[in-house]
Amino acid sequence: MRSIWRTLDPQLLRDVAAVAAGAAVNGASFGAISVAAGLPWWLPVVMSLLVFAGGAQFMAVGIVAGGGSPAAAVLAGLVLNARHLPFGLAVGQVLGRGLLARLIGSHLLIDETVAFALAQRDPAKARAAYWACGAALFAAWNLAVVAGALVGQAIGDPGAFGLDAAFPAALLALTLPALKDPRTRNAVLLGSAVALATTPFLPAGVPVLLALTGLAAAVTTRQEARA
Amino acid sequence: MTLTAVLVLAAGTYAFRLAGPLLRDRLRLPDRVKELMSISATVLLVALVATSSLTKGQGFAGWALPAGVLVGGLAAWRKAPFVVVVVLAAATTAGLRHLGVD
Repeated sequence: MRSIWRTLDPQLLRDVAAVAAGAAVNGASFGAISVAAGLPWWLPVVMSLLVFAGGAQFMAVGIVAGGGSPAAAVLAGLVLNARHLPFGLAVGQVLGRGLLARLIGSHLLIDETVAFALAQRDPAKARAAYWACGAALFAAWNLAVVAGALVGQAIGDPGAFGLDAAFPAALLALTLPALKDPRTRNAVLLGSAVALATTPFLPAGVPVLLALTGLAAAVTTRQEARA
Repeated sequence: MTLTAVLVLAAGTYAFRLAGPLLRDRLRLPDRVKELMSISATVLLVALVATSSLTKGQGFAGWALPAGVLVGGLAAWRKAPFVVVVVLAAATTAGLRHLGVD
């Protein structure tokens, strides 16, 4: 663990802090919204500690608040979180070799940690970025959910602060360097087009998984390059 | 939402998360496939960027949100510091909404 902290540079820590600050405001609003929807204060707190996936948590609480069954909420959340399986296949090596590192590290596998790890060229830096981002976001998100659940409605709508734009912009900034590779770029363009085109017709989460069909573009680009 | 529902969602999500790192070691994959898996993470992340900036539920998200992400993206492309990218994106969207654009 010591080597991880030595590998971290101040710039990376600043970047992580920026994402953690955004997560904290979102977490506070999640806590507030959950309590407003009639949940006891401790339930969003337990959910945040154990599920630790903002998108799925907002969706599950929203479905139940809208009159849906808990089973429907669980199913929708699981579909949305299915992307973590291909994420783990892609960056699983950055968690470390030990069983404990993998057991704990897997819980920190979220969009932001994957993006931070992928943005590093050096494996040691990727590992440090993954753990630093995971630890910071876990702390920020969960503390903020407790605060939001207790303080409740005082927080207001995070949309007024444009925070819903901060999350995609952060992911975009982290993935931009990878798009220099033509095969990645073609796969991304095709995959995003498929996800956008199918969003009106499919449940949340499925369109993003269908984006993987964009990999066909990566395969054909390779063949063209060889021919 | 019940505690049972939360526990089931948590267990399922953790299973998805743990499966990748564990399976990765069991499978002896050729380098070509490993490369494709790394590309697939970028594909998923950018698809998430596209859907979460252009759509809300199953409809269009309105102009303020994608405009903010676009401004952030341009800043990132011009090599602006990461913090500037995130703040510019949020400020653009918040500003447009404040002006009544949504």
